[in-house]
Amino acid sequence: MGQITLVDVQKSFGPVHIIKGADLDISDGSFVVFVGPSGCGKTTLLRLIAGLEDVSGGKILIDGKNVVDTPPAKRGLSMVFQSYALYPHMSVRGNIGFGLKMAGLAKDEINRKVEAAAATLNLTPYLDRKPRELSGGQRQRVAIGRAIVREPKAFLFDEPLSNLDAALRVQMRLEVTRLQKQLGTTAIYVTHDQVEAMTMADKIVVLNGGKIEQYGSPLELYERPNNLFVAGFIGSPKMNFVTGEHAQQQGAITIGVRPEHLKIERGGTTGWPGTISVAEHLGSDTFLYVDGGPLGMLTARYIGELSLNPGDKVSLTPEPNRIHRFDGSGNAIRA
Amino acid sequence: MARMATTQKVVVSTIGAWLAGFLIFFPILWMVLASFKTELEAFAIPPSFLFFHWTTENYATVQERSDYLHHAMNSIIIAGGSTLIALLIAIPAAWSMAFSPTKRTKDILLWMLSTKMMPPVGVLVPIYLIYKTFGLLDSRIGLVFILCLGNLPIVIWMLFTYFKEIPRDILEAARMDGATIGRELVYVLTPMAIPGLASTMLLNLILAWNEAFWTLNLSTSYAAPLTTFIASYSSPEGLFWAKLSSASTLAIAPILVLGWFSQKQLVRGLTFGAVK
Ligand SMILES: Nc1ncnc2c1ncn2[C@@H]1O[C@H](COP(=O)(O)OP(=O)(O)OP(=O)(O)O)[C@@H](O)[C@H]1O
Ligand SMILES: [Mg+2]
Repeated sequence: MGQITLVDVQKSFGPVHIIKGADLDISDGSFVVFVGPSGCGKTTLLRLIAGLEDVSGGKILIDGKNVVDTPPAKRGLSMVFQSYALYPHMSVRGNIGFGLKMAGLAKDEINRKVEAAAATLNLTPYLDRKPRELSGGQRQRVAIGRAIVREPKAFLFDEPLSNLDAALRVQMRLEVTRLQKQLGTTAIYVTHDQVEAMTMADKIVVLNGGKIEQYGSPLELYERPNNLFVAGFIGSPKMNFVTGEHAQQQGAITIGVRPEHLKIERGGTTGWPGTISVAEHLGSDTFLYVDGGPLGMLTARYIGELSLNPGDKVSLTPEPNRIHRFDGSGNAIRA
Repeated sequence: MARMATTQKVVVSTIGAWLAGFLIFFPILWMVLASFKTELEAFAIPPSFLFFHWTTENYATVQERSDYLHHAMNSIIIAGGSTLIALLIAIPAAWSMAFSPTKRTKDILLWMLSTKMMPPVGVLVPIYLIYKTFGLLDSRIGLVFILCLGNLPIVIWMLFTYFKEIPRDILEAARMDGATIGRELVYVLTPMAIPGLASTMLLNLILAWNEAFWTLNLSTSYAAPLTTFIASYSSPEGLFWAKLSSASTLAIAPILVLGWFSQKQLVRGLTFGAVK
């Protein structure tokens, strides 16, 4: 079991209030991703759950039991650090087995479990090497092995893939997701890569300035963002925001339209007129950066190739049921 | 052309390094050589470098006159004991200051160092009187105690800087892996700190081995270590260069051998590769 509930969790470092009351309900077996801009408190929130920092207020429940006074060693969670944090003086075998040794398991049982974990992670040939004799990807797998072998209530990951190159990152992303589904263990994963967030998560927590802006499935966040921040943060390229007359026509202060929901017409006059300033042709996609005059810069995405060039006049028409409306304080207006 | 230039550079710097090394080593060499001369030759001007009448009579006299093994044993007990106790106190002290510092940590470290800024002679009289009162004069335990206290600030400082370099993440990983503070210390921190511990220990041993102020002032014969043994050749019956040299050679030999064999352990770099 690994159900984690946060009730009004607060954290201050001295006079600075970092986590300003987080409420969250993470169900057993789910994969939850924390995303948000740098410095918003993702790592801090994860460390609070781990017990590596003490809360300044609120409750953290693991399987219904308040653990705020329980030391990290007793919370039954395991963590994968961004820096890997392997024990340099121990072999891969020693690293993976350390938690089991601390739990007082018998030697042959430790060996059996370590070997099983190593096999899952393709680490068998490296069991007797020291961390310094491994590549970055292998070290990361050892760190993951160390986390899974203990069969914890939940895994905590803090940007575990950010030190890997792009190709390896995609591969490890798949491996982590597959492993988590196979084990069925609750996972909390911190990243600021929103592709990782969208692809890996069952549910995403969007954090901003120490507050949870929205908690929901990737598609919920994409389709029904609660506010301007979430709307702008989720999705790539970013959502277009338009204020003024066009917004008022929709009964809103600001309206937002995603680049992929703008219909592009050459020269047309029916929608928002503009001039292309940059056109990116990827073959599979075409991204147009359009100077919309009073509307500001707009981004439009076309699936496939569209032979338009800078200087061409276009008109952009939002799909009517894909327009997001926001009030004066930035919150979504739901019809 | 370029290659020749670098070869030349290497040759020049190698010669330079050897010269510098020889210069630094020369006093020790001179002492060893003098220990094999007769008293007359040891004084001779101009001095003879290698071509003199080699003799071991000084060593024989020294051994006859005073019990080398007794003093060597005292040195081992005093240097070893004070180092051991200093480490036992310093490891937890440095550990807590490196890993859970408070806003007073810096001040405490500076305060400890400040005690080393006072010349020991400034407290000789009170310490002598205390030792006299408690019957600690010329006792091994008394010397162990004073040398331990004297070196403690340096030991704590050295360990503190070594511990500081150990990545926090690794200790937190151990905590997440279910290690209690004690086991974290035994299984993770100590092994990672061994190169630092080894060099601290060696330095402290050398300092304690050669410490001459307190040992000379607080011991006479029973607890006297090798420093007192050497000194006895420079005071009472006039100066005997050759015998003084052989006594000194005997006194530094153990620590020289220890340093030679522990060179490898002193080379650090164990943590490399653990944290990217
Ligand atoms: N020990 C600390 N003492 C004081 N302030 C801290 C401490 N740890 C974190 N902070 C502050 O808390 C805020 C949140 O930090 P945190 O590391 O949680 O951000 P993050 O969301 O993980 O950012 P990133 O994406 O850059 O890793 C930052 O402003 C940081 O300066
Ligand atoms: Mg972070």
